[in-house]
Amino acid sequence: MGNQIVNGRDASASPSKNADRDRLEFGNAWAYAPSLESTDHIRIPARHELFIGGKWQAPKSGVYFDSTSPSTDEKLSEFAEANAEDVDLAVQAARTAYDKYWGKMRGSERAKYIFRIARAIQEKTRELAIIESMDGGKPIKESRDVDMPLSAAHYFYHAGWADKLEYAFQGRKARPLGVAAQIIPWNFPFLMAAWKIAPALACGNTVVLKPAETTPLSAMWLAKIFEEIELPPGVVNIVTGAGATGEALARHPGVNKVAFTGSTDVGKKIQALLAGTKKRLTLELGGKAANIIFADAAIDQAIEGIIGGIYFNQGHVCCAGSRLLVEESIHDLVVDKLRDRIATIRIGNPLDKNTDIGAINSRKQLDKITRLADAGERDGATRFATKCDLPAKGNWFPPTFFTGVSQSSVIAREEIFGPVLAVMTFRTPEEALEKANNTMYGLSAGVWTDKGAKSLWMSQRLNAGVIWSNTYNKFDPSAPFGGFKESGFGREGGRQGLRGYVEID
Amino acid sequence: MNLSVRVDQVSLEERASALATRSLKKASKVFGLRLAVSMMDLTTLEGKDTDGKVEALCYKAMLPSPRDRTVGHCAAVCVYPNLVSVAKRTLRDSGVLAASVATAFPSGQSPLDVKLHDVRRAVEFGADEIDMVIDRGAMLSGDYAKVFDEIAAVKQACGAAHLKVILETGELGSYDVVRRASDIAMSAGGDFIKTSTGKVQPAATPAVTLLMLHAIADHYRKTGKRVGMKPAGGVRTAKQALQYLVLVKETLGDAWLSPNLFRFGASALLNDVLMQLEKERTGLYPSIDDFSKD
Repeated sequence: MGNQIVNGRDASASPSKNADRDRLEFGNAWAYAPSLESTDHIRIPARHELFIGGKWQAPKSGVYFDSTSPSTDEKLSEFAEANAEDVDLAVQAARTAYDKYWGKMRGSERAKYIFRIARAIQEKTRELAIIESMDGGKPIKESRDVDMPLSAAHYFYHAGWADKLEYAFQGRKARPLGVAAQIIPWNFPFLMAAWKIAPALACGNTVVLKPAETTPLSAMWLAKIFEEIELPPGVVNIVTGAGATGEALARHPGVNKVAFTGSTDVGKKIQALLAGTKKRLTLELGGKAANIIFADAAIDQAIEGIIGGIYFNQGHVCCAGSRLLVEESIHDLVVDKLRDRIATIRIGNPLDKNTDIGAINSRKQLDKITRLADAGERDGATRFATKCDLPAKGNWFPPTFFTGVSQSSVIAREEIFGPVLAVMTFRTPEEALEKANNTMYGLSAGVWTDKGAKSLWMSQRLNAGVIWSNTYNKFDPSAPFGGFKESGFGREGGRQGLRGYVEID
Repeated sequence: MNLSVRVDQVSLEERASALATRSLKKASKVFGLRLAVSMMDLTTLEGKDTDGKVEALCYKAMLPSPRDRTVGHCAAVCVYPNLVSVAKRTLRDSGVLAASVATAFPSGQSPLDVKLHDVRRAVEFGADEIDMVIDRGAMLSGDYAKVFDEIAAVKQACGAAHLKVILETGELGSYDVVRRASDIAMSAGGDFIKTSTGKVQPAATPAVTLLMLHAIADHYRKTGKRVGMKPAGGVRTAKQALQYLVLVKETLGDAWLSPNLFRFGASALLNDVLMQLEKERTGLYPSIDDFSKD
């Protein structure tokens, strides 16, 4: 079969030990015609201002920046760049809203507003999914079936808590913190806003949200939803900008709490910045999760878990299963099946309903993925990738995995945050555990075995905040999500997630 | 033969549902629907079957769409042994094959010599293909050797006729057992594995079909032999048919997108597929009465 490359060569010409076996052939005997989600009804304003105190305000900075579509390189809109002065106005507006309305409001009243947000998201799911895919590059089937329904679910779930906080912390009184500064990443822009805003509001805090500079668009639609449901002014403020805006926000003395999701490097800087201040902090940072496949697993289903674990959202997932640990006795079979499976992955226009992998979020991220993958090859690992036709414009990286990866290789240690999987082997459960825990991260892990006892034994010993058994990348607002070690601290979702937004007496 | 390949129900069904969301438009829809017609085993398996009924079905199989003769013929007509000669006589050299159920269909609860005789007689009547049923009692009681030996004996009795092995997945109780039965059927010489007789519910489902396709892929990896797949019963709409073909395309690849390696066992499906094809051709939805009910 000629649709894969191995270390830059055509797979059919490679001396792989499986080269002599009959390979399944995934060609174009039956090609799927493009099935594009229509964008005719989407009107994106040419320019977006800051959303402060319930009003759209031009930035004091006077500066605007562009957000482009990573799948077409076309400019989508301009966004205001908030400077320290703008951030100050936003924090003041949040403080006013906290003092005037939100901090005093009964929980049952807050719940009504949060329910309204959830319902508005459900009503606008299609539109939101389309702009999310245009701005971020993720396939429409994911923004439509994952990001938006889960976002709505987070608001619904937390609306339910708003008047029941005394049951979350039994026998103790939970008080809001005040103004929460929330800085979110570009991989799940709308969903991460939900993870941050919903618990903050449920607990009685007001918010200043800073979306990532490459994906600010859906946050503007969220602001429109706040206007539409008549959320009191200043309860949620949205300031757009890059790192400097985020830093100004985290530094601001009027902020009571900082919640950050993003890279471990930036997380460390924020933690240093906040040292010695009154501010509370939760961090959800990087990961290098082990997805562990035992020989007694349901292999064909594990293959789906491996694929979903690493290629979901182009691999731009902090809990991605980027290290595959396979029991040595089934290594060749698993690799064979992975080769066949990635041949069927459809990469291309995010708005095509049949696209499995969309565009890499930014040129910068594409360069990083390319650099790390090349380093993996230099470290001696064997690269497998689909040799598909990539669109001429935009940022693309084919689904890739490496075999023969050593535990010390850069691709086994560094978070790549792209569709690149490192395959390694183990012989015993103890060895699997040792290798899985041998990382500075500790966000998530997957265990695939048909034996319940083995699954429990592993999960009790894995240093990871989230462990999936015979599945991967399953999210639910009632399940706390967060990391160990350099993957951060604090939890989002569940009763545990509320803890980051309250003071308890 | 590894008889303990494991299957995870939740993930299997999740994958089948995910593939069902593939969106097929325009040329790819028409191609898929025409392919589905070419893969259809038009089936009538009733006590009241007559020569006339079977002849009508044969005419339908040979020329499914008189309005659009570019739509090719179906794969086969599947009948009881007593009607094979009628089918054979009617189909002649049209390219449509005559298939017969045998081996004490649908229960399979007869002695082996009776089943083999059933098969030999059907072949003598001219059957090109034999659809046998496995001994589900033996399968569920763990007598795998008996299941294997029967299939092997039937395969021998088939001679040149192709053998499709019906697992009757709706009676096997779990995906693990379906997988085991699939492996046994392929190792024992089955040319096709087939989900159901159509007499038991649930019959074919996307998940059980996907599971059997996985078994076929593994068999191919090990032996280099391509075994065919036939979901039967429960596939009623053009949309469902396309979803099954997506499972095939994305699990086994191009080689299986052929009536030599994939069939639909159905009776109601054809007219719905023809109606969709007509709609794609003319842009208008025809009436269901524009298609013959045979």
